Amino acid sequence: MNILVNYVVIPLVKIVVIVAILSGGIAYLTLMERKVIARLQHRLGPMRVGWHGILQPIADGLKFIIKEDIIPIKADRFVFTIAPGISLVPAFIVFSVIPFGPPDSLWGTGGYVTDVNIALLFAVAVSSVGVLGVILGGWASNSKYPLLGALRSSAQMVSYEVAMGFGIIGVLLVANSLSLVEIVEKQRSMGVWFFFVQPIAFLIYYFCGMAETNRLPFDLPEAETELVGGFHTEYSGFRFSLFFIAEYANMITVSSLAVTLFFGGWLRPFSSVAALSFLDIIPPPLWFVIKVLIFLYIFIWVRGTLPRFRFDQLMRIGWKVFLPVAMANVMVTGAILLKFL
Amino acid sequence: MIAFPRWDKQCCPLHAGGLLKIMTVFLFYVFAATALISALSVVLQKKTIYSALSLIVCLGMIAMLYTQLEATFIAVVQVIIYAGAIMVLFLFVLMLLDPMSEALPVPSKHIGYFAIPLGILLAILISLAGISYRAQPAGTVNEGSGDIAAVGLRLFSDYLLPFEATSILILVAVLGAVVLAKRKL
Repeated sequence: MNILVNYVVIPLVKIVVIVAILSGGIAYLTLMERKVIARLQHRLGPMRVGWHGILQPIADGLKFIIKEDIIPIKADRFVFTIAPGISLVPAFIVFSVIPFGPPDSLWGTGGYVTDVNIALLFAVAVSSVGVLGVILGGWASNSKYPLLGALRSSAQMVSYEVAMGFGIIGVLLVANSLSLVEIVEKQRSMGVWFFFVQPIAFLIYYFCGMAETNRLPFDLPEAETELVGGFHTEYSGFRFSLFFIAEYANMITVSSLAVTLFFGGWLRPFSSVAALSFLDIIPPPLWFVIKVLIFLYIFIWVRGTLPRFRFDQLMRIGWKVFLPVAMANVMVTGAILLKFL
Repeated sequence: MIAFPRWDKQCCPLHAGGLLKIMTVFLFYVFAATALISALSVVLQKKTIYSALSLIVCLGMIAMLYTQLEATFIAVVQVIIYAGAIMVLFLFVLMLLDPMSEALPVPSKHIGYFAIPLGILLAILISLAGISYRAQPAGTVNEGSGDIAAVGLRLFSDYLLPFEATSILILVAVLGAVVLAKRKL
């Protein structure tokens, strides 16, 4: 009976809770984005639905579901139908390994669904599957702009994944583990967030993360001004909203991983300084959420500030700047660890 | 011939590890069957994109079988490299070339004269290999033998030479691709 509870019931409950929180979070992330962008542009943003547009995401969601779901005649029906799912499912699966709280929280079951010894690689692997949905969606639409968008995004995502991987290796060398829980624990025992040990790795990770999620300034796959809407031009209604949700879920993934790897995950700031223990009044999962929100805000801030790269610039910066710098970072880190520790 | 994992009623009553074992065996059959069906589908599909999709499913299922063998690192690498990188490039090429278009040469009608004998030869070879293969008793996998540290240690000690040779091979292939592509520019 114990095994049934430990391996089936508890994970299922956690999965349901996380999916529910994530879905709600994504809905309100869209509102946050619209509000922040509006403020950056001296507008008010959504104001009509509820107090300061607080119910806007619900209205948007209903609209997406009610709208007609159009499948173009010349589209490949099967692939066109499953592509949004291929995009969406990996975006949610990643959260099964992201720790929201310490292992002894939640009555000893741990503040995460599962803690596997290769959690970080698992996250990278699963999110690399998501790109297939984008490519297939663009191809199956059987139309010019989606195909161009899909080609751009596949080139972009494959290129930036390489640099991102090398950026992460810097953290692995310091943490000596691939388990996300152990990486956070290591930051606690070392008394320093890995951002201060590996700042270059963080910058590369975060920029590549922006590119992976197709956000400005790397949003060429869905550049409205030149490609109409990129790979999802032909999508409408509910299926379009699935792509949309996947993109926002990926934003949260990138932010969560950035927090876990570089900013101490669920730890409070200065977790080794006893004098600041009054900060413990905020529980660890809330610290995690606060940090993630800061990164999501930066995502939106950058979108509201920077113009888009040209495609050749995008490829050049990925292969000729990020990749060499990330590799050099790995070598220097390795050499220092070998020499002094 | 082949040692399938079997749920033994005597050794595994429903308490303790019994449930886990049922789950493991059940999942093994699900993964293995899906892998075989999708592998068949790779060959049988008429549209190349569907073949590529089936191949992705097949590779994913094999990754699942790796995890059941506790070779989690290999499983994840399988997904990163095949599903995340190689299949993306496959799809890339399929989308750009569109192999269904008429521009590609139609295979010769006499191809059957070669294909059928070669197919029979392959079948004979595989069955010979199957007959000569003696099934090992279903042993247990050593704890941690598939994790990243173990794989890394083996790779950089026992298998250093093949590893470096492969690296050089890949480097040569990359250079070759660049040279060939540059010629056309």
